[in-house]
Formats: sequence, C-alpha cells, structure tokens
Amino acid sequence: MKQVSPMNNPIIINSIRFILLVLLQVLLLNHINLFGNLNPLLYILFIIWYPTDNNRILFIFLSFLIGLSIDSFTDSGGVHAAASVFLAYIRPYVLKLSFGSSIEKQSLKLGQTPYPQRFIYLLILILTHHLILFSLEIFSFAHILLLLQKTFYTSIFTFILCVLSISLFRRK
Amino acid sequence: MQQIFQFFVKNKNFMVFLLLFLFSVGITIQSHIYHRNKFINSANWVTGGIYSTTSDISGYFGLQTENEHLVEENQYLRSLLFNKSINSVDSIVMDSTKILDHFEFRSASIFKNSYDKSKNYILINGGSEEGVAEDMGVISPKGIVGIIRNTSKNYAVVQSILNSYSQINASLKNSNHFGTLNWDGKDYKTVQLIDIPKQASIQKGDTIITGGMSAIFPKGILIGSIKDYKLDLTGNAYIIDISLFNDMSNLKNIYVIENKQQKEVENLEASIPNE
Repeated sequence: MKQVSPMNNPIIINSIRFILLVLLQVLLLNHINLFGNLNPLLYILFIIWYPTDNNRILFIFLSFLIGLSIDSFTDSGGVHAAASVFLAYIRPYVLKLSFGSSIEKQSLKLGQTPYPQRFIYLLILILTHHLILFSLEIFSFAHILLLLQKTFYTSIFTFILCVLSISLFRRK
Repeated sequence: MQQIFQFFVKNKNFMVFLLLFLFSVGITIQSHIYHRNKFINSANWVTGGIYSTTSDISGYFGLQTENEHLVEENQYLRSLLFNKSINSVDSIVMDSTKILDHFEFRSASIFKNSYDKSKNYILINGGSEEGVAEDMGVISPKGIVGIIRNTSKNYAVVQSILNSYSQINASLKNSNHFGTLNWDGKDYKTVQLIDIPKQASIQKGDTIITGGMSAIFPKGILIGSIKDYKLDLTGNAYIIDISLFNDMSNLKNIYVIENKQQKEVENLEASIPNE
C-alpha cells in the first residue's frame, strides 16, 4: 500500500491554510496601515487557492467560516463573511471567464497558469470582494468617494501580495 | 410539492449561498443599527485569548515609552493635587466621599486597536467580572478614547471615537457652547465637531473638552484642539476639524469611567414624556 504523506491530504492542507491565513491577517496584516489606513486582505487567498474539483457547498460554507472568523476578530459585523460567501459563489464563473471552459475538469494549479489569465482571475475576485466589503462596511451613499478610493487602493495592495504569495508557494 | 423540492435540490448551491449571504448581511445591518454586535464580536475567549497572548508579547517592546507616559501623567496629577490643597485651604471643605462616589475609575490595557476602518472597535481586558459594563466611558491619560459597547467575562469591546457612529457631547473650553463630536472616516488624527452655534467665538488652537451633558463622560476631559473650521450648509453652525490630543494609533493604558449616577440620570430622563 502506498503511504500518503500528510502534506498531500487536501483536508489537512486546507485546515492549516485556513488557520494560518486567519492568524496572519488579524495579527500582522491588519496592523500595517500603509498611508494611514490601507491593510491588504490576504486571507481571500484561501478562496482563491481552494481546490477547484471539490464539493461546492462545502467550499461556500468554508468561505463563510473564514469570513466570519475575520469578522469576529475585527468586530466588523458580518462584512467579511458576506463578501467571502459571495466570492465563493461566483468563483466557478470567474474561473470559466478567465481560463476558458475546459478548466473545471482538472484540478487547477494557479502557480502554473499563464500570467495574463492569472491576473484577470485575481483582479476580478479581489475587486468584487473589496467592493462588497467596503460598501457593507461604510454603508452610506454620502461616502461613495471614500468607498471607491478604499476599494481601489486596498485592491492594489492585496493584488500585489496575492501575486507574490502565489509565486512564492508555487508547487512543483 | 415535488417540484418545489426538486427546485431546491437543483439549486442547492445557490440556496446555501443565499442563506449564508443573507445571514451575514443581516448581522452586518444589525451591527449598523444597534452599533454593537451581540454574537460576532472579539470579546469571546478565542479571539480575546489570542489577542491577549500576542499583546503580552508585543507589550514588552513599548514598555519604556509607556513608562514615560505614566510618569508624565503622575507628574501632572501630583502638580494638580498639591496646587489644589494650597488653594482650597480657606474655601469650604467639600464632602469628599460624595465626589468619590460619583465617578469610579478602573484601569485597563488595550489588546487590539484599529484605525483603518470607518467603524473602529478596540478590545480591552477587564470585562463584566471586574464591573465593566456597557455605556461606560473610556479615556487615556491624554484624552478621550471611546465608549464600551460589548462585554464578556474577561474582555470588553470599546467603540472608538474613530467610528462614524460615535456621537459624543463636547464643548469649547473657554465657553459653554456645546456640540456633537463625530468622525468622517478619513483621517485618524482628526475628528469633527458639529452644531456649535455661529455665536460662539472660536479660534484655531482652542481646546475642546467633553461637555458633561451625557451621563457617560464627566465634564472637562480633553479631546483636542481646533485645527480648522467652517460654517455648515445651513449657515447657522460651525463644522470644526479637531486634531486629537490622543495618538489613536498608539494607545496602551486606559481608564474606564463608571458614572454611579448614570441610572438615576437615565431614569429621570425617561420619566419626562417625549412629545
């Protein structure tokens, strides 16, 4: 019988990833405050990285859970949970849109995809997530300019960190 | 009936998504309406425990500056104390037990602070077990910090003044004109004071203090100094930008103020019929 290394078990990998990303987000990244108030939201890498050939309901539920964990750490109501659930729901469509329709059959290795497609995939997900997040957080039409500014700048920051992390933790 | 059932099975992904999404939007709106979050807040044992552990470690790095701040405050309080005893020799002796009964101070330290959002909350140690309760004021040696919103056994969540829902009564130091302090969500060093009537004479650099009109903060706690001012849309009142005395990005030791007469004031106010 072939010995399966624990590093190949998707349940273990995703559990560790879940915990590490939440801790990284709340203990380190939430305190960067670049230019006064910019913090990257790297925890959505969990949703970006999650295996594509898996149970969709579980995926939506786990995304909800990671959002809710961030919410309980940052006292932000349910804004991260809402944005994350939405992201999990639209991810299959964004995958199809950016990588073509043949992608869903096999498991996607994000680190091996061509750059333009990968960037489109990341940008759509990050911008959607941040727009929902900041709309729900600021929750006022009077501050729409602030909302768009924050969405834009935070998205850039998150995007750069996501691209770096994906290249750094690329699996051979 | 079967068709309805089949519809749900066919769209189970969407249904799960919708359920969870509506739930999260629901608790978001609930937290916007009540300015507190009963179920999802950082005053529970998991998040509180993690924050307190990390704050124990990172607290060592700021010990020196923190000590300097405390010595500075002690110096100020001592000068106040000794100058007071000289001046009040010939005045009426006050019943000190009555003053001590009015406001009670508890010390606490901050575990988690944020200033990057439009609604910021601070987690402190000291919860219901130590007598900390909702609607108590929180100050630092340099000025006002916020109001307690949620408490658990060992922790409490403070709604920071850097929260666009905060409304705190504040007044000018050199006159009794008062207004409401709130925040526009832009700069963590600047808050806004609105509804100061046009008749008030104000100048850049004037000090703003708490007004003492609410039962939360006693009168005279420092807030900040006037940075800029302009008339609002109606032309009858000023909007004043205030630069805070507190550095909200660097807080550690704070005090929780309990007003022993808060209940009495609230009961009195509630007994007046609203028209």
